[in-house]
Amino acid sequence: MSNSIIKVEGLHKSYRMGTSALHVLKGIDLDIKAGEMVSIMGSSGSGKSTLLNILGILDGHDRGDYFLDNIKIQKMNETQAARFRNNYIGFIFQSFNLISFKNAMENVALPLYYKNISRKKRNQKALEYLERLGLKEWANHLPSELSGGQKQRIAIARALISEPKVILADEPTGALDTQTSYEVMDILQEVNKMGITVIIVTHEDDIAHRTQRIIRLRDGIIEMNKKNGHFQAAASSEVFSTT
Amino acid sequence: MFDLDRWQEIFNAIKQNKFRSILTAFGVFWAIFMLVVMTGSGNGLINGVTHGFKDFATNSAFMWANRTTVAYQGYDRGRQWNLTNADMQTITEEVPEIDVLSPRLQGWNLREGQNVVRGERAAAFNVMGDYPQYRKIDPCTMPWGRYINKEDIDLKRKVCIIGEKVYEVMFDEGEDPVGINIRINGVYFMVVGVFKSNNPNINIGSNKKETIYLPFTTMQQSFNYGDQVHFFGFTAKPGVNVQGLVDRIKPIVRKQHKISPEDEEAIGGFNVQSELQTMEYTFLGINILIWVVGIGTLIAGAVGVSNIMLVVVKERTKEIGIQRAIGARPALIVGQILTESVFLTTVAGFLGLAMGTLVLHLTDMAITAAQAQAPPDEMTFFMNPEVGLPLAISALIMLILVGLFAGFIPAMKAVKIKPIEALHHE
Ligand SMILES: Nc1ncnc2c1ncn2[C@@H]1O[C@H](COP(=O)(O)OP(=O)(O)O)[C@@H](O)[C@H]1O
Ligand SMILES: [Mg+2]
Repeated sequence: MSNSIIKVEGLHKSYRMGTSALHVLKGIDLDIKAGEMVSIMGSSGSGKSTLLNILGILDGHDRGDYFLDNIKIQKMNETQAARFRNNYIGFIFQSFNLISFKNAMENVALPLYYKNISRKKRNQKALEYLERLGLKEWANHLPSELSGGQKQRIAIARALISEPKVILADEPTGALDTQTSYEVMDILQEVNKMGITVIIVTHEDDIAHRTQRIIRLRDGIIEMNKKNGHFQAAASSEVFSTT
Repeated sequence: MFDLDRWQEIFNAIKQNKFRSILTAFGVFWAIFMLVVMTGSGNGLINGVTHGFKDFATNSAFMWANRTTVAYQGYDRGRQWNLTNADMQTITEEVPEIDVLSPRLQGWNLREGQNVVRGERAAAFNVMGDYPQYRKIDPCTMPWGRYINKEDIDLKRKVCIIGEKVYEVMFDEGEDPVGINIRINGVYFMVVGVFKSNNPNINIGSNKKETIYLPFTTMQQSFNYGDQVHFFGFTAKPGVNVQGLVDRIKPIVRKQHKISPEDEEAIGGFNVQSELQTMEYTFLGINILIWVVGIGTLIAGAVGVSNIMLVVVKERTKEIGIQRAIGARPALIVGQILTESVFLTTVAGFLGLAMGTLVLHLTDMAITAAQAQAPPDEMTFFMNPEVGLPLAISALIMLILVGLFAGFIPAMKAVKIKPIEALHHE
């Protein structure tokens, strides 16, 4: 067995649109090792989100094989898919996707609620994660009272709390200014240093350059997949607690 | 189930659709409210009517003589005939399933002018002749003295018992009437008691409150009724059908008095048992109607709740998508929607139950107050509107079922939401 955490072979995906079908992924081969930090680039509509959704078992594929942690992912029902997502994967979205009527702490704790962990325990753990991300004093605030950067950090805390093996981030900095984007990347690099595999979809070069490997999609196939020469490791471990 | 996060979601959903939630919940509220008020009113009617004869022997019947309507054995139709003491004897001997048989005299010719006199006081009252066993058919209490007894009958004593109204008119309030003589149609009788029927709503022949009962034998003799019996009441032994006894008594009487077997009119009768049965069917009909209307309204309310839950699901599509993406199982989402639906219906329904009970309670108080004002003679046909614990419990079960039913389609819709599609949803 290899130490691949994600292995994809000849992956195809089409969207049926009425009578016609839109062939989005046309044979993707991919091998991501545990602990890697990878970015997926490509122009808009090239299939980046589609690929990420398949990797996150939010969507199924038509043809080809997908192994997550050496487990073959096949058609499964929603309950099984939910269990995989809860145990293996943490999602970070461009639009944060926090629940508006839950405060920061409750949002972070949500994945543990789905694991039937008691409210007291999960809130305590959520507070720990918020503290590590320097947001402890915001624990009781609603998302509407927070800045974009703060919201994304809460989303990161929510992705981390279930201790996933892989973090999937779809344009995590797309809605943030440059300064805040870099702070978020600092945190993601720190997360990666903890041993968690991080996969980031982005179309910003400077974001991609902070990952170890860049995969470029074009028209549903991998155009380029190479080590990042400009890779900058995390500056220091203290970033995790900058505010 | 009782996790705070679940309730947070419910309250948030209700808060965000406050007006719509209240409107739809009102449908369920109204259904339960109506059901409670209607059932309560129905019970009030039943209580009111049955109260008037709660103690009356339900397994009883009365029979009397009418003119014949069929010519028979040389007699023309239209002949007036009479029941006699001998008939009573024969019936008692030939129909052993009769428990008590009580012949009665109805002195309709006696109530004329002021037929009852005591010193200065004079008034018109009904007079009837009775046996002691009549009390078994129409139970009463004796505020003063005693009922007619066997010695009165055997010795043809000139005694009487009087109704409440007779006592009121002929005596001062609180005056002991026992031992006092009153003159009835020229004959003196000693009052031995005052009776108060437990069944004021059943009056056969006369208003009991305005009636004087004489011993049957005394009355036959004093007022020249010969061996006539004007009518009689009887009760069946336990487990015996009253109509069956009526059907056996009729041929005996027909044979004695040469009445055609085809003459259905000649023997009059009133079967308390079958009348009660008819009344019970009427009550059952009322109850069925109430439930049909109530459940119809409740279903309309459920459709309303179902509708708002569909809106809630649609509005929360994105939220549900997020929850699914971060690991919520479909069962949790279904549970969420169902809990919310059941919560909405149960709360609304319980408010309806509470309001309905309150309205019934107020009505009850108003009726009690009105009855205190009303003349004591007035009959009551409505009292104690109420709903019992069984209704409350079945309402609760019904509400939970209705809530589940109302939440079912929205929940299925929520489960069908694919996480990615929901995440695209703005
Ligand atoms: N659920 C869907 N149904 C139909 N077409 C879709 C769906 N999701 C994405 N597409 C189409 O697939 C193509 C790839 O989309 P996507 O993976 O989101 O691209 P990217 O993230 O690289 O911009 C686009 O043309 C998009 O319109
Ligand atoms: Mg995209």
